[in-house]
Amino acid sequence: MAKLIKNRDIVEDNWKLLNLAANDTPETVKLPVGPLLVPLPVWQARRTELVRREWEQHDPLGVWLAPEDDPADIAADLDDFSVIGIHFPLAADGRGYSIATLLRTRYGYRGELRAFGDVGRDHLHYLHRVGFDAFVVQQPELAIASLDDFSEAYQAAANQPLPLFRRTLRA
Amino acid sequence: MYRYNEIDRRMVTERVAQFRDQTHRHLVGELSEDEFRPLRLQNGLYVERHAPMLRLAIPYGVLSSKQMRALAGVTRTFDRGTGHFSTRQNLQLNWISLEQAPEVLAELAKADLHAIQTSGACIRNITTDPLAGVALREVSDPRPWAEILRQWSTFHPEFAYLPRKFKLAVSGGPDDAANVRIHDLGFQLARDAQDELGFRVWVGGGLGRTPILAKVLREFLPWRHVLTYAEAILRVYNLHGRRDNKYKARIKILVHSLGIEEFARQVEAEWDHLKDGPATLTEAEADRIAEHFAAPDYENLPKFDTGFEFAKRHDSEFSAWVARNVHEHRVTGYAAVTLSLKAPGQAPGDATAEQMDKVADLAERFGYAEIRTTVAQNLVLPDVKKSELFKLWREAAAAGLATPNIGLLTDIVACPGGDFCSLANARSIPLAKAIQDRFSDQVQLADIGEFKLNISGCVNACGHHHVGHIGILGVDKQGEEFFQITLGGAWGMEAELGKVIGPSLAAEEVPPAIDRMVANFQVFRRPHERFIDTLNRIGPESFRDAVYGNSPIHEYAKEATNG
Repeated sequence: MAKLIKNRDIVEDNWKLLNLAANDTPETVKLPVGPLLVPLPVWQARRTELVRREWEQHDPLGVWLAPEDDPADIAADLDDFSVIGIHFPLAADGRGYSIATLLRTRYGYRGELRAFGDVGRDHLHYLHRVGFDAFVVQQPELAIASLDDFSEAYQAAANQPLPLFRRTLRA
Repeated sequence: MYRYNEIDRRMVTERVAQFRDQTHRHLVGELSEDEFRPLRLQNGLYVERHAPMLRLAIPYGVLSSKQMRALAGVTRTFDRGTGHFSTRQNLQLNWISLEQAPEVLAELAKADLHAIQTSGACIRNITTDPLAGVALREVSDPRPWAEILRQWSTFHPEFAYLPRKFKLAVSGGPDDAANVRIHDLGFQLARDAQDELGFRVWVGGGLGRTPILAKVLREFLPWRHVLTYAEAILRVYNLHGRRDNKYKARIKILVHSLGIEEFARQVEAEWDHLKDGPATLTEAEADRIAEHFAAPDYENLPKFDTGFEFAKRHDSEFSAWVARNVHEHRVTGYAAVTLSLKAPGQAPGDATAEQMDKVADLAERFGYAEIRTTVAQNLVLPDVKKSELFKLWREAAAAGLATPNIGLLTDIVACPGGDFCSLANARSIPLAKAIQDRFSDQVQLADIGEFKLNISGCVNACGHHHVGHIGILGVDKQGEEFFQITLGGAWGMEAELGKVIGPSLAAEEVPPAIDRMVANFQVFRRPHERFIDTLNRIGPESFRDAVYGNSPIHEYAKEATNG
C-alpha cells in the first residue's frame, strides 16, 4: 500500500482518490468502498448519499479541491470531512497554497489537509506552513526532512498565527 | 542600514544549505531540469548563453562597504572579474558555473548577502529611491518600510508560486524616484489630513510585452496596515491571476480585465478579514526597524565650504561633475554623489571587481561605509562632506567612476542584451557603446541636458525602454537584429509610455537617428527646455521626420556623412 507523510510520520495511505473520467458524471460515477476522497462536483451532487454512506458503512469521507475550486463552497460542510485534499496538477500552480490558508485561517478547518499531485520534497516546507499536515510524495522517507528546511519564519502563516515581530523581542 | 541578527542570518544559511542539497540532487539526476528550474530561479540562477547567470539581491539597493567587498570577491573568484548592476538594483554575474553557485552563495552569506527570490514567480527584490534618507523632498525614509516588506515577503509560503513574477517598489514621497508606476505593486509614502504617515497604493504597473502604468488602488493606507493590505492584494492575485498564458499572467492584466474598481472591491473584501489581525504592524516593530536606519552622527558644517567653492570655480571638469553627479543633501554641508557606471566604452551598469573594491574604499573614507545601487544602474555614496568632494572626485576619476553624465544622454540604461542573455533578440551593449561614442563631447552633452535613453534587448523590457524619453527595443526580423524606436516615455510621477515612431532600424542606423532627433530638439527647443518637454510641446512629427528622412536635418546629415 502507498505511503504518505502525515503529522511528521510516514503512514500507510488507505484512502481512495475518486477521479471523474471523461465519460463519468458526478451524479452517476460509481463510489468504491473504503475511505474515499471525492472531487468537489461529486460532493455537491450527492451529499446526502455520501453522508449516509459514511454513517452506515463507517467509510470515512473526504473531498478534494482542484486549483480553480473555491473553498468557500465547502465552508459550511467542513465537519462532514475527515480529510480535505488539495490537488496540485502542476507544482507551479500555487493556488492550492491560498486555498489551504483560507481553509485553516478563515474557515477553521482542523482535520487532515492533504497535498497531492505534482508535490515534491522541495515544496513540503511551504506547504506545511500554509496548513497542510499530509503529503502524498515520492520517497517519503527522504522527503520528510525537508519539512524542517527552515527553523524560523518572518511572517504569520496557518501553522504560526503570529509574525516573528509579535513573538520575539528582537534587538 | 539594516543589521542582521542571529535569526536573519540563520535563515540565509539555511537557504544556502537547502540550495546546496537541491543542486546536488539535480547534478546526480534525482531532480529533473523541470523540477530544478523553479528552485534555482528562486535563488537567482538562470541558464544563459555562456553559463548560468546569478542575480544577487541587493535589498532596496543598500550595501555596506563590507558587502561591496564580498561582491567584489566573488566577482573576482568565481566570475571573470566584472559584475552588472541591474535596473532592479541587483548585481548580476554572467560566468558562474552551476556547480559553484552554492559555493558563491555560501561565501556571500558570510556578508549577509544572498540571491533569495531574485527570480521566479514570487515577490522579487524590493526597490526604492537611491537617495532614501538623504533626499530633500521626502515624506519619510522609505528604507524601513522596504525592510519590513522584505522580511514579510522573504520565504512567504503562500506566495512562492504566483502566476508570474511580482515586483514591488517603495517610494519616499512625491518625487517618486522609485518609479512605483512601473511596478506590480507600489507603496508611495504620504501623509493624510491628520498628518498620519501612510501610503498611496499603486497596483498593476509593469513594462514587458504589454506595458501598463500602475493605477491608484487606495489613496491612503495608514502605515500599520501595510502588511495585511499587501497580503490581501497578493491573495486576490494568486487565486485569480491568469495561469493559462504567461504573457497574460502579471497582475496588470488582472487589474486591467477586472477594472481597477472591481479589483479594489475584491482586495477590500479580502482585507476585511485581515485588517487589524496579527500581521498588523506595531509601533514597537516600526520603531525597531526605523532605528536601523537612524541618521549617522552628521557634523555641524557650514553651508558654504570655501575650498569646494574655489575648486568649482577654477576646475571646469570638477564643476561639470558637480553639476551632474552631486546631489543636494538634507543635511547642511553634505552632498550625495553618484559614481557613474556609464564611462565611454563601458557597458551600462558594469563594474569590475577592482572598481567595486575602490567604491567600498571610498565609501569608508568619504562617508559612513554605505553604498546605494540605483535603478539607473549607477552607484551612490549618500553622505559626502562638501569639503571632501574634490578629493573624492579625483580618486573616483582615476578609477573611471567620475564620468559627469548622470541624467544625461550617455547615462544609458540597458539590459545585458544578446551578448549574455538568452532571451534577447539583439545586443544592447554594442549599441550603447556606439551611442556613447557619438555623444562623447561632455560640453555638448551638458548642453542637451536631462535625457533618458533606455535600451532593451527584447520585449521583456529589462532596460525599461518604454519609459525612456527615447526608448530602443531590440527586435528580431528573420534572424537579423533590428531596433524599434519609441519616443516620449517618462519616469516617476510624470511616467508615460513611449510610442513607436516607425519602422525599426538596423543597428548602425540608430546612433545617427538619435543624433538627428537631438538636432531637431535643438532647433525647436526653448531656452533650457528639456528634450521631453520640447517633444511634448511640439509633438513627435518633426522627430519622426528627422529619423525617416522628410526633414532638412536628414538631408544635411546625409551630406555631412557623405563628406
